[in-house]
Amino acid sequence: MQIPYITEERPDTGLTNSKLGIWVFLASEIMLFGGLFSAYVFLRIAAPEGDFAYWGSKLNIPMATINTLVLISSSMTMIMSWASLKMKDFEKYKMYMGLTLLFASIFLVIKYFEYTGKFHHGIYPSSSTFMGIYFTLTGLHMLHIIGGMIVMGYFWLPFGNKMWTTEPERFTNRIEIAGLYWHFVDLVWIFLFPILYLL
Amino acid sequence: MSNDSHHEENFLQKYIFSVDHKIIGIQYGITSLMFLFFGFCLMMVMRWQLAYPETPVPYIGGLLGETGILMPEIYNMLGAMHGTIMIFLGVVPLAVGAFGNYIVPLQIGAPDMAFPKLNAASYWSYFIGGVIMLASFFLPEGAARSGWTSYPPLSIFETGQTAWLIGMVFLITSSLLGSMNIIVTIVQLRAPGLTWFRLPFFVWGQFVTAFLLVLAFPPLEAAAVLQLMDRVAQTSFFLPSGLVYSGAAVDVYGSGSPLLWQHLFWFLAHPEVYVLILPAMGIVGDVIANNTRKPLWGYKSIVYGSVFLGFMSFIVWAHHMFLTGMGQAMSSFFQTTTMIISIPSVIILTSFFISLWGASIRFTTPMLFALAFLPMFGIGGLTGLPLGVGASDIHLHDTYYVIGHFHYVVAPGTIFALFAGIYYWFPKMTGRKMSEALGKLHFWPSLIFMNGIFLPMFIQGLAGVSRRLYDGGQSYAHAQDVLQWNEFMSISAFCLAAAQIPFFINIFVSMFNGEKVGRNPWQSTTIEWSAPSPPLPHRNFENQVEVYRGPYEYSVPGADKDFSPQTEK
Ligand code: HEM
Ligand SMILES: [Cu+2]
Repeated sequence: MQIPYITEERPDTGLTNSKLGIWVFLASEIMLFGGLFSAYVFLRIAAPEGDFAYWGSKLNIPMATINTLVLISSSMTMIMSWASLKMKDFEKYKMYMGLTLLFASIFLVIKYFEYTGKFHHGIYPSSSTFMGIYFTLTGLHMLHIIGGMIVMGYFWLPFGNKMWTTEPERFTNRIEIAGLYWHFVDLVWIFLFPILYLL
Repeated sequence: MSNDSHHEENFLQKYIFSVDHKIIGIQYGITSLMFLFFGFCLMMVMRWQLAYPETPVPYIGGLLGETGILMPEIYNMLGAMHGTIMIFLGVVPLAVGAFGNYIVPLQIGAPDMAFPKLNAASYWSYFIGGVIMLASFFLPEGAARSGWTSYPPLSIFETGQTAWLIGMVFLITSSLLGSMNIIVTIVQLRAPGLTWFRLPFFVWGQFVTAFLLVLAFPPLEAAAVLQLMDRVAQTSFFLPSGLVYSGAAVDVYGSGSPLLWQHLFWFLAHPEVYVLILPAMGIVGDVIANNTRKPLWGYKSIVYGSVFLGFMSFIVWAHHMFLTGMGQAMSSFFQTTTMIISIPSVIILTSFFISLWGASIRFTTPMLFALAFLPMFGIGGLTGLPLGVGASDIHLHDTYYVIGHFHYVVAPGTIFALFAGIYYWFPKMTGRKMSEALGKLHFWPSLIFMNGIFLPMFIQGLAGVSRRLYDGGQSYAHAQDVLQWNEFMSISAFCLAAAQIPFFINIFVSMFNGEKVGRNPWQSTTIEWSAPSPPLPHRNFENQVEVYRGPYEYSVPGADKDFSPQTEK
């Protein structure tokens, strides 16, 4: 007996297993970042007046703005890669997925320059509570980016996308699931950007 | 994926790196039983010190230093690790990892979990987390010693905490993977005809538990990351300004808040207590229905009750923090929610009691444990009410009364239910029954000695003896009147250990020599009993299961036998 509902949807729930699985996973991710956001609010209230704003002004807003645009673009190319598979155009899929990976790498490179810029000015997580939460939140977010890149890279490389020839439908579903995760990571950044850089 | 067994598996694939939910369940079971035993041993060393302060610990004293006397630092280490191991490495993996994994797919007529590989990943992540926790005893720093609650600021300065935090991250990952899997499995893989209200209560218990784990653990993970940063990157999320430690000002930025940790920690840890109890209630429900030969009374209200319990458990956490000066409004809110959350537990327990009414009860070993669960959990629950009221909690907070209260819930409560589950499902796992005689020899002494340990804790706690005291209260005047109980409790604990010997003998003997049984030795109605014992590797059932009726149709009027299996028309 095979495990059912891997590619076809269960009629009464309208879901495949992995679709439900990723939603449950994202719910737990929301609780993870939700916990950290609440910690941010709690610490901001506990900190001396103006402390967070003062340290926040040391961040590099232009770089973060570029990064926001880069991530949004990567989300769009991610959708395109999935749509290409839906239209059975594997070459286009490869191109869009490649672009997504490229954008993700650009994000990391910019982030790298942001971090080292801080270190050059002697700013570390221990410099202030704000800097602590800044490095923790963005660091954890970066880990999520890297995790996503590993998975997407696997689906991009030849040994990972062999499934396209054997089980195209299942492969398309995998890209959709990876896409949901990627949009979530994008969304987290959309929250991080204002509360860390702009507030 | 190896669902269809057309290729031969070698030993490693079959028993070690298996993706079959039954093998993983058994791996979880064996590992967690060993951790439970280990956590119990740590506690016995502590109990020796409490009963006979400053005397060398017999047999293993050599491990503790030259004198063989348990020193305060090590007492704290054992205490913190006893709590951590019992909860995160013992009870939860046994209740969710072992029983959830093994029984849930069978009870819903599924061939396996929805994600077999994630399931294996969950076990191995648990295993690594466990190894890190154990290894921390041998690190130069030693194991964590800030209690299982790891309250800062102490936990930021105490040694051993880093390994604890890293271990916890693995355990959290493991439970996340496991509970995701359980949720998807229950939603997606129910056999045709198995509607939500035909699910056995055990499945409901696991379902709600899985949600609690998925949603409550991540904030603790967040907190663990922050604490790790405080320890390794010198941030001060949990350290206020102007802190003095060991006579010197602490050199950090400050402006953090120790209370933040308490909020994040208890946001997990209160739901966690329902993670400890809901699977136990599920087992007890199934065992009671089976042994009373009657439908479970109020099945629907029990189900709604447990779902409500799940929701409520997210908004009661600050009842652990009444003494932090939280102010009237907050405190009233959490007192109210705490009183409200006791209602569903009462509904569930009452329904179980009423189920016994007028039944011709079979006093099998699983039933004895399930029956004992009822009053034991009752004591645990009722003694919790005074802790949920701010006025009385001021007196009882952090005393042995608290220790007594929650141990009644988890030890003679949950652990007894888990024993019931082991005796009940052992025939399904092995095709052989466990010995009833040895089972009873296990049950009665366990019941007596459990109470011998935990009942006097209420007396000591009411007298004001604090928990986590290395000398059990010797140096406090107000404790002198109740100190004589320490020896009594410790001897009960050692006897409780002896009472587990028949259990281990029973497992090993019955595995090879127990009475051979067929598919359904208990004449039960639920679906797992229609599979062969043990169920087929990687597919469980010979044919697609179809379900025609509710979970507990016992003694249906007009039926030709006193049980009507869910799979029979
Ligand atoms: C059945 C035998 C058990 C005995 C005799 C026992 C005994 C004790 C004692 C005496 C303490 C208090 C130590 C102190 O405050 O100095 C303690 C603490 C604790 N126990 Fe147990 N226990 C048992 C089982 C369990 C189980 C099954 C669990 C959990 C599922 C558990 C969880 C805890 C926790 C969380 C603490 C608090 C640790 C801390 O202070 O940080 N225990 N236990
Ligand atoms: Cu609580």
